[in-house]
Amino acid sequence: MTRAAVAILAAVLLAFIVIPLAGLVGHLGPNELAAITSPSALLALRLSFMTTLIALAVTLVLGTPLAYILARADFPGRKIVDALVDLPIVIPPAVAGLALLLVFGRNGTFGPFLRSMGITLSFTTAAVVMAQVFVSSPFYVRAARGGLAQVDRQLEAASLTLGMGPLRTFAFVTIPLAAPSLLGGALLCWARALGEFGATIMFAGNLAGVSQTLPLAVYLNLESGNLPVATALSVALIFVSLIVISLVRLAEHRR
Amino acid sequence: MLELDVRKRLREFTFEMQLSLERGVTVVVGPSGSGKTTLLRLIAGLERPDSGHIVLDGRTLFDEHTFIPPHRRDVGYVFQEYALFPHLDVAANVGYGLRARHVSAADRSERVERMLDRLEIAQLAHARVTEISGGQRQRVALARALIIEPRILLLDEPLSALDPSTRVRVRGELRDILDRVGVPTLLVTHDEDDRAAFPLRSLSIA
Repeated sequence: MTRAAVAILAAVLLAFIVIPLAGLVGHLGPNELAAITSPSALLALRLSFMTTLIALAVTLVLGTPLAYILARADFPGRKIVDALVDLPIVIPPAVAGLALLLVFGRNGTFGPFLRSMGITLSFTTAAVVMAQVFVSSPFYVRAARGGLAQVDRQLEAASLTLGMGPLRTFAFVTIPLAAPSLLGGALLCWARALGEFGATIMFAGNLAGVSQTLPLAVYLNLESGNLPVATALSVALIFVSLIVISLVRLAEHRR
Repeated sequence: MLELDVRKRLREFTFEMQLSLERGVTVVVGPSGSGKTTLLRLIAGLERPDSGHIVLDGRTLFDEHTFIPPHRRDVGYVFQEYALFPHLDVAANVGYGLRARHVSAADRSERVERMLDRLEIAQLAHARVTEISGGQRQRVALARALIIEPRILLLDEPLSALDPSTRVRVRGELRDILDRVGVPTLLVTHDEDDRAAFPLRSLSIA
């Protein structure tokens, strides 16, 4: 009796997740397939791939040292920094967008300074990347921190005594051994950046070709009654998400 | 030859040691927690003494003005659990120190082959280090440490990772290998039987 109840409750939630997604995919028809090659859809696709790849690159370059420090160094306030890094995961993206706007926007804290340098950030493609880094980098830093912490320090010591300096030891021993975690984290980070909506629309707006990424294009096309485009882009996003989750599982399995 | 006079504060006590080491194998016997591994780590440069000096073949590795980092010391270190790189095969493990020294791939594979021959593990060249026996792992670790032509060889409990039935055999093989290579060697152990295998020079630490 209890076993049946548990199974039913579990099945309800599973169905609740799967049925809407399957329904969306089921909506795919000739109209939708034609819509995905429409100029506005292609523009959003291109913008999304470009900005998320830049956001991922920024996260890898800045997030790896941060993850390394969190995994290895012991300093006062380490736990606080650790918690701060995870904060964007739970902060509502719209709040993140407002925060970015109030600091980097035209009339924000750094607004006058940026203007004097001739830089405008808000409502540009750069703002899209900033919003993506803000919300998605924790996914990489968390995974990288865990992976780097698990690397056997003795192996790094062995590398040093054999004549590899600290940087080459990092490249030839630490990175390869942490690779599954780094890869899994990078994939999750990229997927989260690809789905970014709230912070982007607050801080970067919704301008075709400038800040209208895939999720924003879904929203705009739905609002303007162009359901086929919204559906087509949504299915594309679901498809990418499925691939990412499979790859993350694969990377975890390798570890 | 190695000249060492160091002090280092550890959690429980202050480790102090004077040591002068020439050719052959010197065995240091002490219980766990007596600072045996610390001694090796200080010589290798993995830890820094609080004071004193370490001089190897006339080159000062450490004194109040000097600290040569571990990757510039030319010290061969065989770690307690061997610390073989799990993502590299046996040949790549053994050739690692040559790669660090920018030896060309062709030279490297030739020297690795020769070293594997010398330790009679040529058949393992392309094996994964996770798939070979404890005794074989020790030979790979020795080969990897010896190929850089170290000025001194440091062995940390080289037999403790082995099960008792193979320990006696591997101990004998280790003695033969160390006799042949003739690199000054410092072996630390908690096992009195290891001392007995190298009767020439040994000392105890509390």
